[in-house]
Amino acid sequence: MATEMLAYIDRKSFIHGLSGATKLIIFIMWSSIAMLTYDTRILLVLFIFSMIVLKVSKIKLREIGFVLLFILAFLLLNNIAIYIFSPQEGVKIYGTSHVLVEIVGRYNITLEQLFYQFNITLKYFAVIPAALLFIVTTHPSEFAASLNKIGVNYKIAYSVSLALRYIPDIQRDFRTIAQAQQARGIDLSSKEKLTKRIKNAGSIILPLILSSLDRIDTISNAMELRAFGKKKQRTWYNERNFNRHDYVTMLVGFIILIVSLVITFSDGSRFYNPFV
Amino acid sequence: MKKPIICFNNFTFKYDSQKNPTLHDINLTINQGEKILIVGPSGCGKSTLGHCLNGLVPFAYKGDITGSLKVNGQETKDLTIFSLSKIVGTVLQDPDGQFIGLSVGEDIAFSLENDEVPIDIMKEKVIDISKLINMEKYLGASVHELSGGQRQRVALGGVLVEQVDVLLFDEPLANLDPATGRHAIKLIDEIQKELHTTVIIIEHRLEDVLDQHVDRIIVMDQGRIISDTTPNELLASSILEQTNIREPLYIRALKYANCKLTPEMNLEHFNKLNLYDCKEALHNWYKSTSIQKSLPEAESILEVEKITFAYGAQKPTINDISFTIRKGEMISIVGKNGAGKSTLSRLICGFEKGHSGKMFFAGEDMKDVTIRERAEKIGMVMQNPNHMISKHMIYDEVALGLVLRGISEDEIKERVEKALQVCGLFPFRNWPISALSFGQRKRVTIASILVLNPEVIILDEPTAGQDFFHYTQIMEFLAKLNRLGITIIMVTHDMHLMLEYTPRCLVIADGKLIADDSAVNVLSNKKIVEAANLKQTSLFELARRANIEHPTEFVARFISFDKEVRGFGN
Amino acid sequence: MERGLSIKTIVAIGIGSAVFVILGRFASIPTGIPNTSIETSYAFLALMSIIFGPIAGVLIGLIGHALKDALFYGSIWWSWVLVSSFVGLFIGVFASRINIQSGIFGGKQIITFNIVQAIVQAIGWFLIAPTLDIIIYAEPANKVYLQGIAAGLSNIVTVGVIGTILLISYARTRSKSNSLSVE
Repeated sequence: MATEMLAYIDRKSFIHGLSGATKLIIFIMWSSIAMLTYDTRILLVLFIFSMIVLKVSKIKLREIGFVLLFILAFLLLNNIAIYIFSPQEGVKIYGTSHVLVEIVGRYNITLEQLFYQFNITLKYFAVIPAALLFIVTTHPSEFAASLNKIGVNYKIAYSVSLALRYIPDIQRDFRTIAQAQQARGIDLSSKEKLTKRIKNAGSIILPLILSSLDRIDTISNAMELRAFGKKKQRTWYNERNFNRHDYVTMLVGFIILIVSLVITFSDGSRFYNPFV
Repeated sequence: MKKPIICFNNFTFKYDSQKNPTLHDINLTINQGEKILIVGPSGCGKSTLGHCLNGLVPFAYKGDITGSLKVNGQETKDLTIFSLSKIVGTVLQDPDGQFIGLSVGEDIAFSLENDEVPIDIMKEKVIDISKLINMEKYLGASVHELSGGQRQRVALGGVLVEQVDVLLFDEPLANLDPATGRHAIKLIDEIQKELHTTVIIIEHRLEDVLDQHVDRIIVMDQGRIISDTTPNELLASSILEQTNIREPLYIRALKYANCKLTPEMNLEHFNKLNLYDCKEALHNWYKSTSIQKSLPEAESILEVEKITFAYGAQKPTINDISFTIRKGEMISIVGKNGAGKSTLSRLICGFEKGHSGKMFFAGEDMKDVTIRERAEKIGMVMQNPNHMISKHMIYDEVALGLVLRGISEDEIKERVEKALQVCGLFPFRNWPISALSFGQRKRVTIASILVLNPEVIILDEPTAGQDFFHYTQIMEFLAKLNRLGITIIMVTHDMHLMLEYTPRCLVIADGKLIADDSAVNVLSNKKIVEAANLKQTSLFELARRANIEHPTEFVARFISFDKEVRGFGN
Repeated sequence: MERGLSIKTIVAIGIGSAVFVILGRFASIPTGIPNTSIETSYAFLALMSIIFGPIAGVLIGLIGHALKDALFYGSIWWSWVLVSSFVGLFIGVFASRINIQSGIFGGKQIITFNIVQAIVQAIGWFLIAPTLDIIIYAEPANKVYLQGIAAGLSNIVTVGVIGTILLISYARTRSKSNSLSVE
């Protein structure tokens, strides 16, 4: 397939050896900190720490290169957009104004604005490695079991597993349908007028949706015949029990969470302000 | 004394969504340890019968039941679908739908997981079962790394893990190539011998199932059981002909030769068949028939020259393939699943790009011809008609390609009506497509391709999952198109199709073209048959056993004769 | 017999999420306006919410969107993921009066559906998404509101056009067609 998708990368590493549930908990804690805090010091620590974890996981940057490129492009555009829309946002947040370069009026570049945009970018950098690592070091088979382990209803957890199982099949169906419809003359490229393109999109997604609805019937029958949902709980073939490494990791994660939150909110603001 | 495990007593069932009962007054007893084959044309109720056994009827598909059905002595309507699933294990037709786990091990374990079996016991059981189905080396593999046959074995494993008393197979051969189908039937047989389960197989590919012994064959038609007897008795009778089920080809050949068939000839086991004085009859028939002359060679319409193609950085799916197709030919492309047949047809239609080598259409290089322009020369009909249909009404669906090409309304009407007439859909032109059967939908998709006036049509598995009646209908329709001058290329693994309808076939194995010959020659060549996962036709062996000098010629004459007898080819 | 969610709903959530991922990645059409595209996945989400109900809707939005972000972009934009599940939930809740299984989806139902979807999406994209962006990322208000309005308008139009087409088509497959005759 032409389009790359992130997938599990098999390695022997400390990170791979952790139970999926542990990684999921860490991922959730990590994301929560990175979302809540705007404290530059914490974000920097998180970022450096996640780089170390990346190293430990033996995942090479080029293996996830296509995603990193996308994210860098996104961040660049986002930064430009922020500057265009609100060049003095930093001044507003930090309360001071140190002009570095004079352009015109509100587009003067201030140290505060640079620092603010640096922080926004850093926020992404702090959380992205954790998300990436979670995806490429957790086997999809273990994913549903992990969700269930941290308290998600097992039926809902299983629906996530089903989604992962059938994404490639549906992608193949989509390609087949799109090719067949293109041969008949349906065009989704920018050569067509927008209204026409929207109608054409319908001609491709309708067969996909109707055949997916049929698929739902078949799979429901298969699951029913194999007694899915018979009991209040279920066990998981790919579940891993927590071991010492898992407990230690979770403890470290928890400490980082608490310390981060305490530091962030100790001064009553989630921003770290170096200007006062 | 055998103990009955399944007992239908004056059983009638009507789906809530239907006006008339699907099953009428069924009386059937199946004993423990028996191996039963249920055959019948599409819509005869055989799948519904299976649903009654596994509990999908009445628990998932609601309806009215009269009479009684006891499984293991208990009325099924008083049980639950869960408790029934402990007794009757079902292997469904569509292995993609049944394989719900992300890996082999998980999928086998699925019902154990639902039963809260502790992990250590579960893992042990999964290993035991995987050995039974020869999948122990693949426990960690994902579904996408497996072949169709392997997927089916996993599906079987997932059912065996419950230690069920009855194994129910719903059309187990539908998605398999001939050799894989043969292995599947053999595996079912071995498992039954080892575990002494009762086995029920629902299938219309009778000859393939008879590769291994079955105890009884139930024939169904229009919701009723019309025959319940041993294979030998059934094959000696004329019931199969009457119900439009394809008889094994060797049986048909013997009938053509006017042999009197008796159960004593051991008709079910082709290898142990007693031919007695049939040999002479076969000889006489062979001498009395001749073969239609083949057509003179026309000019080439499609030339493929040294095509090589790979998806991404993988090893080539198509490896240095060259061939020429002549105007007006009807040709099949065969080979095992994943050999590259579909990829080849997609390359021809321009769906996939980036191959090396050249392609010419009527002498013109197709390098810069877009997918849309190619469709006006070479039409592609997908295996699943639902993947192509995007309009509600038949007329609109067929007209779509023309509307998108900005053709005037009058011309559209004329061309659509003509295409509908050719496809026998004109009387239905104002119907919604949802009211059509699978076969009719297939025709709609063919009409929607025909309307663009292509000179070549490529069909991917045109008859997959069709019973004999619908198979014949679709194929005769394609033969008619062919006589109208359209070149037809079919990707298939149906041996009958290639023998009966395509004088020439291309055999692909591991991305390479390993044979370009007549279908009869291909199917008589053991080496090619094995490399491409095909199956030698029983006719060939029959001729050899009757000491006929040129078995391939015998096969060819049979095919020619059979077409005439079945009253087509006009 | 049913304990909690039915198997069908579970499977609908799983397959629905997979379709949402594929449509979101491969069937979004650029409009020519930067950062805005026709997201056919929301038309599909609306259809699923109406067929399988609000619980399926909320979970398809959540799982589908989160998986799409994670698998193709390596990180999850929770603010927008939450809006997807919000949209799936409330289209399902307020459009429950439309009994699509009956096969009737005419003028009245089309109007109900579109009023519901427009209001729900307006709240989601114009208010919730930007607000979350401000809270989580402290992005400038004018930027995120404009983004939200652009995305919201385009999604309302997409669901209004494609979603309505999908629902009409689906309803037709449900309707009994016993009045057919061969001509």
